[in-house]
Amino acid sequence: MYQLALSRMREFYREPEAVFWVFGFPIVLAFALGLAFRNTGPGKLQVGVVAGPGDSAVAVVLDSSPRLLATVLDTATARLRLRTGRVALLVIPGDPIVYRYDSTRTESGLARLEVDDVLQRERGRKDLVAVRDDRAVAPGSRYIDFLIPGLLGMNLLGSGIWGVGFSVVQARQRKLLKRYMATPMRRSHYLLSFILSRLVFLIVEVVALVGFGWLLFGVAVRGSFATLAGITILGSFSFAGLGLLVASRAKTIEGVSGLMNLVMLPMWILSGTFFSYARFPDAMIPFVKALPLTALNDALRAVMIDGAAVTSLVTPLVIVVAWGAVSFVIALKIFRWR
Amino acid sequence: MAVAGLDLTVGAGECFGLLGPNGAGKTTTIEILEGLTPPDSGDVEILGTPWREGAAGRALRERLGIQLQETQLADKLTVSEVLALFRSFYRRSHTVEEVLALVELDEKRKARVVTLSGGQKQRLAVACALVSKPELLFLDEPTTGLDPHSRRQLWEIIRRFRAAGGTVLLTTHYMEEAERLCDRVAIMDHGKVIALGTPRELIASLGAEHVIEFALSDGVPEDLMDPIRGVGGVTAVRPGTGGGGLSLTVTELHRTLPALLALLQQRRLELSSLTTHHATLDDVFVALTGRQLRDT
Repeated sequence: MYQLALSRMREFYREPEAVFWVFGFPIVLAFALGLAFRNTGPGKLQVGVVAGPGDSAVAVVLDSSPRLLATVLDTATARLRLRTGRVALLVIPGDPIVYRYDSTRTESGLARLEVDDVLQRERGRKDLVAVRDDRAVAPGSRYIDFLIPGLLGMNLLGSGIWGVGFSVVQARQRKLLKRYMATPMRRSHYLLSFILSRLVFLIVEVVALVGFGWLLFGVAVRGSFATLAGITILGSFSFAGLGLLVASRAKTIEGVSGLMNLVMLPMWILSGTFFSYARFPDAMIPFVKALPLTALNDALRAVMIDGAAVTSLVTPLVIVVAWGAVSFVIALKIFRWR
Repeated sequence: MAVAGLDLTVGAGECFGLLGPNGAGKTTTIEILEGLTPPDSGDVEILGTPWREGAAGRALRERLGIQLQETQLADKLTVSEVLALFRSFYRRSHTVEEVLALVELDEKRKARVVTLSGGQKQRLAVACALVSKPELLFLDEPTTGLDPHSRRQLWEIIRRFRAAGGTVLLTTHYMEEAERLCDRVAIMDHGKVIALGTPRELIASLGAEHVIEFALSDGVPEDLMDPIRGVGGVTAVRPGTGGGGLSLTVTELHRTLPALLALLQQRRLELSSLTTHHATLDDVFVALTGRQLRDT
């Protein structure tokens, strides 16, 4: 079994593409998303002032606000920029002053409040109550803090299913499974060797991604590393089981690719990798929560962001393990060995 | 149903060949014997034991070496890594070095499988079968598609294995291979054994040792058949394989050939081709089925 696991690993690291997709890609993704959503304080909102009488005066007033950046634009350009999202709001000077914006866009709503506030104050409106801002920038509340555990979960899913699925189907297609059947090798050893080799890669994956998040974005792990390790191991076992199930019957790489996408795509979207699954309708939430990736992501976030103890994570971990165990048993039953 | 009503016994220390065209059921037969395909009915005993699931089956597999027809080993592994992997499946086995020497792949030990030639890949596949120090070696078309040099190298490996006391069961569709390697052969066609014996016995069953094949430029006239049967030494007359000509099995070439030529001369018929050869298993197959082994 040790030799089987060893050859599995060799086959993997000699495939540069596979190495990139498993290790490189999540890091590139984290880097890109981390940059796009970095917290540089509240950014300046871009607003356009449509050219007309009094346009430059309005622009100067708006520019004086630390949160606004106003540009004077002719009508056609202004409309184009609003439509493509490069300005959040258009101010058309006159009497009355017209605000043109898309009310479903969050930043347009913000721009509407800020612009109106600045213009009204300039005309002499006074605040009636004294207020003071208390900005909280706690680590753990940024998007990147949310993203890294999600990417970790997604990566465990992807490498489990790809890593196991492709090599099983390839071995079947090349009649290598049949050749192994002609030796005294135990079938369970063959299947377990996947799980063993996954374990080794898991260490590399987790260290790479968590280390990257910590170095570049200061994403800390607030819970214990032992708990994090335990959760990733369970997750990785579970997804290796799922990978075996996906690959248990398929005869061609094309066939198994379709099945893999069928399994993984819904989870990427539903399981709160890039955004919170709380955005889905309430009726869907129980279903979403029953998915293994959702449970794993929840557990990872609880440990990394909230520093939760393992005892509080029983429910999600049971879901993760149950998926893995059930898939493994079914896979063993229906596996096509030749 | 690919195979029906097969009854074969292979003795210890023997090299037994299953010979037949593609689709004759050779692979199905050998895979049933290897315990990879369960038979619909009938009994199989290997080294005195029937196939069983679980520990008994694994114990039996310890004693066998198997090479399958279509296995492609992992491209990314090196030769010695592949052998180390297969070695790990067995309790008792050759070291990687020993088995590399057996198949003369020493120089390629560090080469990845994907870089090997067809002949080298095939020797590696045989090495994977030999690594278990088997008592019984199954080879399914070990030399199909190989160049003559690689084929001879494999024959040599098989001979050495036999010299060390091993038993071999192989399938092939090359008569030459069967004649050279096998003590006994079973000729198969359409899932049945149509002849069984030593290559010499089978050839002798034709009743003659030589074959004359010829064709005439204007085709063979009907009324030529009887005079040809009457030529001394002719034991059988069949339509030629290339279409148009005739194939004669004869006992004494040196007598029959001049008589045949004299007959054609007298009838003023012009030869377009004429060949003679020692009778082979191919001729046995043609005699039994009316078809050529190679063409099918």
